[in-house]
Amino acid sequence: MKQWKKKATLIAGGTNVIPDLRARAIRPEVLIDISQLKGLSYIKEDKKKIHIGALTTVSELASSKIIQKWAPLLSEAANQLGNPLVRNRATIAGNLADGSPAADTAVPLLALEAIIVIQGGKEKQVPIHQFFVGPNQTVLKRDEMIKEVIVPKCNPNAKTAYFKLGLRNSMAVSVVSIAVLMEMEKTFCKKARIGCGAVAPKPIRAYRIEEMLENHELTERLLRACCETIGKEISPISDIRASKEYRTEMASVLLKRVMKRVTQ
Amino acid sequence: MKVSKTYPLKLNVNGEWKKAEVTPRETLLHVMRERLSHTEVKEGCGKGDCGACAVLLDGKPVNACLTLALQADGQRVVTLKGIGTPDKPHPLQESFIKKGAIQCGFCSAGMIVTAKGLLDKNPKPSREEIGKAISGNLCRCTGYKKIIEAIEEAALKLRRTKNDRR
Repeated sequence: MKQWKKKATLIAGGTNVIPDLRARAIRPEVLIDISQLKGLSYIKEDKKKIHIGALTTVSELASSKIIQKWAPLLSEAANQLGNPLVRNRATIAGNLADGSPAADTAVPLLALEAIIVIQGGKEKQVPIHQFFVGPNQTVLKRDEMIKEVIVPKCNPNAKTAYFKLGLRNSMAVSVVSIAVLMEMEKTFCKKARIGCGAVAPKPIRAYRIEEMLENHELTERLLRACCETIGKEISPISDIRASKEYRTEMASVLLKRVMKRVTQ
Repeated sequence: MKVSKTYPLKLNVNGEWKKAEVTPRETLLHVMRERLSHTEVKEGCGKGDCGACAVLLDGKPVNACLTLALQADGQRVVTLKGIGTPDKPHPLQESFIKKGAIQCGFCSAGMIVTAKGLLDKNPKPSREEIGKAISGNLCRCTGYKKIIEAIEEAALKLRRTKNDRR
């Protein structure tokens, strides 16, 4: 990467790179294939965290017992990304590095407060909420790549819910997606983390909603206020899949649904 | 346009090692069809939306159009022909014919390859699991009902023959 700088593109699963090449959206002189770096494909756990190797496929995320147990939000989202054939090739790092505002693994990882381990000159760790910069832009420099994703284990008492709205059930790019993680004491919310996809130039956290919920008694009224406020927190665009107005409306509906699921 | 350098590729296709000289940008789909004459691998959309080009790559169903040929170097590729032939059809192929799960036939190759990938991993899938497994394969003729029935029937047949052998 250092040698080729801007002329090179990394390729692993290829599910983004190959369509981009075909559409001439990218024109690299050199493709560097990292798909055979088997040492970067793993899911390990220690006491407090899960370590996911960059080249772990989305299928592996979806079927991993460790992730199902300690980060169910992530396996749920992985299970709905693209389609089964794509999931067998697509990697977690590829989904993140592509930097799509609708990146399906980013949304649960935001709610889980994951950390991206970047390998370049020297290794560094970036919290995922600082990783995305804009549409298809991340903090990754030309000579850097994702090495690992660290996910703090979810508190077993935490309630989580993920909801993805696409135009169809399979092979859908998210129109709106939301992941929620809440730690509750009866009806009192101790902690709230909310990730949203496809409603801003990058995958985002809904900080205002988190603040409204955290350290508050969850009442019908508060939940309604949250659903009304989410429209102010997001800045969706109109594209071939949906209009700005529809996305805003649906973000509120989806928030209502995920909140219903976590508070039940 | 610049002519890219070619590189040697070795692929195990349906149990036989094949060699080709390919450019870095050639997809596995292109190489299978144009260089190795495996035209049973169909090209539909060419960008991973339709599943017509599904092959088993080291046992897993993937879109051949979303894999560079050189990325598959040294690996096992199974196509429809590797699953069964007209003389020796696989139970999946038999039940697709019997159930009328083939109309125009364009999706069938990818559909059967994907179904084989499922049954290798899960010999007793529910209808829901079958539906989910083929959700990356588009069929514009049948409405999927007959395809799901055919896969279910083939799974049953495979389980029976396996039990008989015991």
